[in-house]
Amino acid sequence: MIEKLKKYKFLFEELVKRDFKKKYKRTVLGMLWSLLSPLLTLAVMSLVFTNLFGRTTVHYTIYLFAGNIVFAYFREATYTGMSSLVANASIFTKVNVPKYIFLLSQNVSSFINFCLTLLIFFLFAAFDGVAFTWKFILLIYPIACLVIFNLGIGLILSALFVFYKDTQYLYDIFIMLLMYLSAIFYKVDTFSMTAQQLFMLNPIYVYITYFRSIVLDSAIPSLSIQILCVVYALAAILLGGWIYKKYNYKFLYYL
Amino acid sequence: MVVELQHVSIRYMVGDFKDIGLKDYIIRKLKGTFTVNEFLAVDDVTFSLEKGDLLGIVGTNGAGKSTLLKAITGIMRPTEGYVKVTGNIAAFLELASGFDGDLTVRENTYLRGAMLGYTHEFMDEMYEEIIAFSELEEFQDRPFKHLSSGMKSRIAFSIACLVNPDILILDEVLSVGDGAFRKKSEAKMKEIIGQGATTILVSHSLEQVRNMCNKVLWLDKGKQIAFGEAKEVCDQYQRYISKK
Repeated sequence: MIEKLKKYKFLFEELVKRDFKKKYKRTVLGMLWSLLSPLLTLAVMSLVFTNLFGRTTVHYTIYLFAGNIVFAYFREATYTGMSSLVANASIFTKVNVPKYIFLLSQNVSSFINFCLTLLIFFLFAAFDGVAFTWKFILLIYPIACLVIFNLGIGLILSALFVFYKDTQYLYDIFIMLLMYLSAIFYKVDTFSMTAQQLFMLNPIYVYITYFRSIVLDSAIPSLSIQILCVVYALAAILLGGWIYKKYNYKFLYYL
Repeated sequence: MVVELQHVSIRYMVGDFKDIGLKDYIIRKLKGTFTVNEFLAVDDVTFSLEKGDLLGIVGTNGAGKSTLLKAITGIMRPTEGYVKVTGNIAAFLELASGFDGDLTVRENTYLRGAMLGYTHEFMDEMYEEIIAFSELEEFQDRPFKHLSSGMKSRIAFSIACLVNPDILILDEVLSVGDGAFRKKSEAKMKEIIGQGATTILVSHSLEQVRNMCNKVLWLDKGKQIAFGEAKEVCDQYQRYISKK
């Protein structure tokens, strides 16, 4: 494993560079734009929803923002990850390289993007008078889980996209439904207890809840949330890894 | 032995599963019109190469040449038999493909080097030589899509050859490029072979195979028709072609 990592380190670096250059078209504006777009989403959402849900919630913009950055990172990482196999078919059908390396390099730029929006999020939080405590360090844990979760979903989707060309459209619908189910702009406490429990089945909701709990309530989430974070991440990455292993030599026939 | 193949067979799948969506898949499954055909793209091939050999693979279209190369490079796994390779393979099949049109020639060169398993330091060292050999100094920082197809194969060939692999696989690359470059590339290949590398060459030019290779493998519809000394097999193949 270490041998392999060493061997493909250079390829990984070059792929990351390639993906970055292609994504931002070598312009500063390109980079700025990818920061601007979550901010614009936030602006519109807070404009629309503050009247509806915001009156009873303190730090509503931060509440909204926390949901948005987590969800936006998930969406971007999995969307770009989905095409990582198909888009690089002309490479891995011609040279023997590990196929997951394309997904890894795609995820690097999504992650950097996420980190930048996270900084802006903290700035907003500071402006809004959120108290920063030592507990913020704990955010590393859900972020690590989210990174792994996104990688896992990326593995699964990229494999599905090779097999079924309409995966993209189905995923479009799925991700829209998921967004409404992730309690990004509303609060779940108006739902019954059972319904609130059901929300926990949505991994993204769990990660968002972790963020909000630390940032808004400066409370350490319950043990069940801690466990769910890592269980979802591991389940996704193991399933994705298993699919890649099983179909490693079969992808070729579909491209 | 550097390359050894024992009774290698590769089953290939073709059929409805390609380019369909989940919806089509379900509909076709329900209707029972979903078909997958399997055939042996490579059927019981056995040969071995020693250090310094230059093997030419000949055969008509669909003979299984590319599939066989995929098994040798490890992109595909043989359904039966085994492939044993000792040493570092520098192989990007269909050499001129897989470049990124938006990246510059320099960036593509590094990316290709990385795919072939070389280190950053090594590519820094070799880069000047590669670009000089391909005669593309003026194009280094231009997007790759601005190159002509001859130029693309020149740079592809230069990267493949100048990095000194133990086993070199050249898949239909020498047929492109102008006369002068072809001469130069043939000289370069002879030099590599002189250094003891093992080379596999796929070419539709029988003349070229006859001139350069010492061993030839003839495939037809996946089956191994002949393997042996270049002259003999080439003569056989030529007789077969002219009879058709």
